[in-house]
Amino acid sequence: MTKYVTRFGSLEHYAKGGVEIIDDDPKRYTFSNMFEVAARSKPYEKVAVGKNMQYVLEVLRAEGTSEWRAAAHDEFALVMDGEVEVRLLKLADPSVVPPGKEGSIRLRAEPTGRKMGLVRARRGHLTLLPAGAAYQFHADRPGVILLQTIAGDDTQYRWAEICQTM
Amino acid sequence: MSVQTLDVMSSGPNEHGYRSFSLGEVTFSRDEYFVYVKWPTGRHVMSADAFLRSLQRDVAWEFFYGIVNFDGVIGTVNHYGTVDLFAGRYNDAYRKAELDHVENFPTPRIKGTFAAMLDDWTSATFDPFASPHETGTAFGPKAGSNTAAVTRRRVTAKRMVGVPGDEPLRSDATGHPINRHFLDVPQDEPTILAEPGFEGQVCAFSLFAYLSRSNVTWNPSVVSVCKNSLYCPTTEEYILPIIHGNDRVEWFVQLSDEIYWDVEDRDTGAVRAKVVMKPGDVAAMPADIRHQGYSPKRAMLLVWENGSPDIPALIASGKAPTNPVSF
Repeated sequence: MTKYVTRFGSLEHYAKGGVEIIDDDPKRYTFSNMFEVAARSKPYEKVAVGKNMQYVLEVLRAEGTSEWRAAAHDEFALVMDGEVEVRLLKLADPSVVPPGKEGSIRLRAEPTGRKMGLVRARRGHLTLLPAGAAYQFHADRPGVILLQTIAGDDTQYRWAEICQTM
Repeated sequence: MSVQTLDVMSSGPNEHGYRSFSLGEVTFSRDEYFVYVKWPTGRHVMSADAFLRSLQRDVAWEFFYGIVNFDGVIGTVNHYGTVDLFAGRYNDAYRKAELDHVENFPTPRIKGTFAAMLDDWTSATFDPFASPHETGTAFGPKAGSNTAAVTRRRVTAKRMVGVPGDEPLRSDATGHPINRHFLDVPQDEPTILAEPGFEGQVCAFSLFAYLSRSNVTWNPSVVSVCKNSLYCPTTEEYILPIIHGNDRVEWFVQLSDEIYWDVEDRDTGAVRAKVVMKPGDVAAMPADIRHQGYSPKRAMLLVWENGSPDIPALIASGKAPTNPVSF
């Protein structure tokens, strides 16, 4: 019986595919690799690797402890490498996130509110970051998070640096 | 004998046991190996298994986003309320020869006919959603039916899989054993420590374990929802049975293993590019192309969609670009 091996990527071990152009512009495919992006990022920079109108996919290099953030809408964090602790807190004053604000905002300090709990997420685990809750990430060793969210004030766009252009 | 139920026009069984169907001026019939499609200016033959795999997706996806090409000749265009059934419409040679054909139908009518055809033409041992290695044959005279397989409910989470009241996780008990290609995928779930009063509000699950238990291929299902941003992961093995023509930008995130994509011009079929995706790769499919994927080993692919109903009109009017970003 064939023994199948499922191949995942990581910060330490990844290999990029690519676009072979026949009659098109490679930039239209916005081709990048999230592990390469994370390898070149500072901890918790929110680098867009996908954008569809106002929505984005952000890659975050998880390393150490992040700032506290919150959004007016749900977000979802998929751990693609490493182990990440996700700390959740119910904001005592939900108005710190303006209603209708798109994307998450940075909170100046540890916000006040009730602790909701935490999630210890490893590769392949998807965590809900609920609307109106503050969250903080912590990783003892470097890891990678893919964040499903909406473009916000802190979303970084580096298409020319991260995408295949030729 | 002719049968008409709820706008489904069909004949009685032929010598192979299969009914024939008609939609407007287009007729569909099959024998042991092939499906025959006829329209006023042409005819077309497809292998029965390829046709049924395509038909299965078109029905299950409610005609999906944009164009579902069964092959380079026939397919459907979703107008979200009505559907075009076409032959040769997105084939340069047919267009130039003026042999193409398009008819528009209310969605319930074409879906009713397609669903009836799928049910009648799928025998007991064939599962159009399964990989070729995991199903019996689509060929031969009619031998029973597989209604349970062809009417599977598509997973569409409202918020996230595993959230109380939303789509459930998969397990052996739910009839989702780990697929033979994913036996090495860790099955551990995240550790969740909820404070008193917040039970059920701190939510996480193993997406990779969930996908390792998928019993279908090339069937994006919604697992998390951020307004119109939809995570639609899917497990891919062998060939995407349809050639998907985009009406909006679509994104692929390769979660595991490797997939090869052929990309063509959406309207003419002219080759534009080939894309190889490996774990961690992210790529956009522009809104004016069509694509078909090849996956040698079962792979996890995250299809990311913007489900806004406004996008096709915005792109068609030029108010939104066909490219995902400009740089």
